[in-house]
Amino acid sequence: MSRGMNIERLDRGPLTRTELAQQIAADIPPGSYVNLGIGQPTTVADHLSPDRGVVLHTENGMLGMGPAAQGDDIDPDLVNAGKVPVTETLGAAYFHHADSFAMMRGGHLDVCVLGAFQVSASGDLANWHTGEPDAIPAVGGAMDLAIGAKQVFVMMTLFDKSGRPKLVPVCTYPLTGVGCVSRVYTDVATFDLTPDGVVVTATFGTSVDDLRSRLDVPLLTG
Amino acid sequence: MSVLAADTDAAVAGVTDGATVLVGGFGTAGQPMELIDALIRTGAGDLTIVSNNAGNGDHGLAALLAAGRVRKVICSFPRQSDSYVFDALYRAGKVELEVVPQGNLAERIRAAGAGIGAFFTPTGVGTPLAEGKEVRQIDGRDYVLEYPIRGDLALVKAHRADTLGNLVYRKTARNFGPVMATAATTTVVQVDSVVEAGQIDPEVVVTPGIFVDRVVVCPVTTPLAARGAAG
Repeated sequence: MSRGMNIERLDRGPLTRTELAQQIAADIPPGSYVNLGIGQPTTVADHLSPDRGVVLHTENGMLGMGPAAQGDDIDPDLVNAGKVPVTETLGAAYFHHADSFAMMRGGHLDVCVLGAFQVSASGDLANWHTGEPDAIPAVGGAMDLAIGAKQVFVMMTLFDKSGRPKLVPVCTYPLTGVGCVSRVYTDVATFDLTPDGVVVTATFGTSVDDLRSRLDVPLLTG
Repeated sequence: MSVLAADTDAAVAGVTDGATVLVGGFGTAGQPMELIDALIRTGAGDLTIVSNNAGNGDHGLAALLAAGRVRKVICSFPRQSDSYVFDALYRAGKVELEVVPQGNLAERIRAAGAGIGAFFTPTGVGTPLAEGKEVRQIDGRDYVLEYPIRGDLALVKAHRADTLGNLVYRKTARNFGPVMATAATTTVVQVDSVVEAGQIDPEVVVTPGIFVDRVVVCPVTTPLAARGAAG
């Protein structure tokens, strides 16, 4: 268990949302082509310094997406996947939707970061539909991203508001993609999903043993 | 022979009840608002609308839906913060919905325009959106069979056209426009301005005029920043 002890950070509490975004940004290799989906994962961009040379892709037809637009820079013809006005960086490129999704499906994106309702130990992702009768299903580009990017990182809390684990043996929500998630970043721990199983790579304010008692998934420690 | 139409009503003339209409746009970016207004004025109903979203606020696609002209929406992402018109119609059972992964939507439209009979894609395999569809293993990976989506009419917004219908677009307002333009019996495009043939560098044409049947000018009347505030 000594290796497990080394990854435990008991001197602090869970990661804040900002710290979680920083953690993910730090793990994105320089020069990568990256898609940050919509919502919380887009905050990862705030922690990617320009000298890293990371190029952001947005599904609605752009490489080289810059930060959110402010004031006079707001242009209704220039938005991100969440329809938020954004800016272009030097060397940006525009293209149509079929090309944009060829970049995903064709394996040209290095990393995408997505939110999730559930992730299974084998890397299945559920993030588009709760399946509740009143819910209007809306998938957007999630299924294309999930199966297309070379590496799929999930950014989520480890437990839902009722305290139920979101890292599960088998997803109970409708799937977005099968066996597609490579790494899971949460507020209390990070995990690599490997052919051997789920490997805990860090914990924050909790121990591996505590996680073992709260998750139904066998945990390895490297 | 010029593709220029006198106005938006002339541009969309001839659409019939039950038509399938491809509508460009990603949210409001690239949504051909003035052409949709003209489509509403034709009175055509029982329409199938193919678009990425299902309307924002009260204008454009939302107005078409509110007018009761749409039988079915084929889109990737109907539910948005301001999609209340669609949401109410859907919950009341007054409009059908086919949700398609966004890349499959684009590729199905592209396939229609490119004369492809069907294609196998990895997107959606093992999910509810592949249920009932043929799955084939190719080189060890599973793919699902998807069919083209062809339109009777495509409504597209571009930035500039020449008198032969060659088009350039503007920023992320391009989105579905170039693929939709290829995939309909009649493709109608609204643009901010029209120039003479030869005034668009042939190297930067995005949609060649062969795909374009009618063009109508709908000048930008408000500053871009002000349009953003309304979006």
